[in-house]
Amino acid sequence: MTRISDETLAHLREVADWPDLGSTRYEVRERLARGGMGTVYVARDRDLERDVALKVLSLPGSGPEAAARMLREARIIAQLEHPGIVPVHDVGTLPDGRVFYAMKLVGGSRLDHLLRRGRPLSELLGIFLRICEPVAFAHAHGVIHRDLKPENVMVGAFGEVLVMDWGVAKVLRQPESEPAGAVESPGTTEGDTAHGTILGTPGYMAPEQARGEVERIDERSDVYALGAILFFLLSERPPGSREAADTGQKTRTRPSGAAAAATPLAAPGKMNRTVPRPLQAICLKALAPEREARYATVQDLRADVSRFLASGPVEAYPEGPLERVRRFVRTYRTPIVLILAYILMRTLLIIFTGR
Amino acid sequence: MDGDTDIGGPGRRFPATRLSMVVAAGGRDGEVRARAFEALVAAYWKPVYKYVRIKWGASNEDAKDLTQGFFALAYEKAFFARYDPARARFRTYLRICLDGFVANQRKAEQRLKRGGHAETLSLDFEDAEEELRHCDVTDSLDMEQYFHREWVRHLFGLAVAALRERCKANGKNAQYRLFERYDLEGPDAAERVSYAQLALEFGLPATQVTNYLAWARREFRGIVLDTLRDLSGSDEEFRAEARLVLGVEPP
Repeated sequence: MTRISDETLAHLREVADWPDLGSTRYEVRERLARGGMGTVYVARDRDLERDVALKVLSLPGSGPEAAARMLREARIIAQLEHPGIVPVHDVGTLPDGRVFYAMKLVGGSRLDHLLRRGRPLSELLGIFLRICEPVAFAHAHGVIHRDLKPENVMVGAFGEVLVMDWGVAKVLRQPESEPAGAVESPGTTEGDTAHGTILGTPGYMAPEQARGEVERIDERSDVYALGAILFFLLSERPPGSREAADTGQKTRTRPSGAAAAATPLAAPGKMNRTVPRPLQAICLKALAPEREARYATVQDLRADVSRFLASGPVEAYPEGPLERVRRFVRTYRTPIVLILAYILMRTLLIIFTGR
Repeated sequence: MDGDTDIGGPGRRFPATRLSMVVAAGGRDGEVRARAFEALVAAYWKPVYKYVRIKWGASNEDAKDLTQGFFALAYEKAFFARYDPARARFRTYLRICLDGFVANQRKAEQRLKRGGHAETLSLDFEDAEEELRHCDVTDSLDMEQYFHREWVRHLFGLAVAALRERCKANGKNAQYRLFERYDLEGPDAAERVSYAQLALEFGLPATQVTNYLAWARREFRGIVLDTLRDLSGSDEEFRAEARLVLGVEPP
């Protein structure tokens, strides 16, 4: 009988589930990731002689609803042409009826993996600003991501940042500047998500999203998720983890659903004292339980983080006179020191020479 | 099957209506029961033998006797008729029975008395020994995981043999040879062969390589799923085994 090594055993287990791409121009190389709806493979495009990422509906016979959702995701991504959103090259149906789409194969690391390597704050905030860009672009086109989290952000080797997995995106409206049909959504503009349906990831979902209040989900729900990502960047854990930093206990994450919405959040600064207060304030404003208290748009959030990076006053943190002086001194430390040194020298000169 | 055992195998799949072998092995019809039992032996003898060798530290000869003796006693005492799918997987039940059997044998400190049925078993223990020589056994080995892994290895080996026979019978030798080159030999090769290289080697268009491999994999998956269905006591167990072994949700 054929001897099967451990390597062959693992390979056979994997290929047994590979989709039949015989009718397409792709051939599977390896499985990249498996999600709730689809499985992503590295595939070779024979015609163009390049590798692509191929997302295939996970289960044959999943039904028309799953196929429509996958097709809808591909169309949403295809309409959102932005350097921070992975371009879709192709869409099709396999012989067994499964929908697939091919997209650019992105190299790099997931944001949550990247963080483990330790990065300076300014670099992390730079990445955060680049995450905001495609999200703001999508909002301008009437699309809410609804599942923003570090696992869905890829950071390339050259610093490029890509927002992935638009599988549960919600189409709010057609963009005013675009002709009708620019962002297509089969069925309703809700993307066929009924009230009470909870889509997203606990810890990164806005309270209204966790409660399944589909009609209340808008740009500010993504602002919340971005706040949660910022929190993660500052604390290396999702929001809702409490007392862990002080006690060294295992991190507890937020419960899902309505319980998640009711759980008070801990400030990131309470866990990490090195986080500057203005940055804590920005994070907490984005994470406000009431959406009216959050930044109205991603651009507003982005602008506040940019102001912090430029040592300017941030909207989320009203400074007292003393803090304003301190920030002024921090910002202009070198010229202030030079001026003071000049004054001191002049004073000493006057004292000792009498002139 | 290529002769490592004369029991079971694709040519003797039974019954044709896909009644579970586990259920059939506990039935009242003597002939049905005997043939279902043989199919179960074919599917499990090798992991049982390796498990006895590794977990119980049995010598080659002792492990052979214990394996033969276990299945003989299981047939005589109708162990498998007592299996309750609601309580555990069949594989787990079999392993627990095996542990009890070996413990009792050790306690009695006597050579096994082979039952009449055991004499009909012809198992290729040398093949199992050869596989054991390639096995990396460490002290920290989890024996439940080991039994599962060796069972999957044996299951896949049987499925590959069945696929080879099926391809031979249907004039699809090229499909099997491609499957063999890419999926069986490929993972152990120093350098991975590409579809384009295979296309050149077999004188086929690259699209045909994709089609042939997809067909062979589909057949392989089908054979594994059919065998799992045979070896499961319930539909629920079958689905759980399919997810565990292949990572797929069966149709």
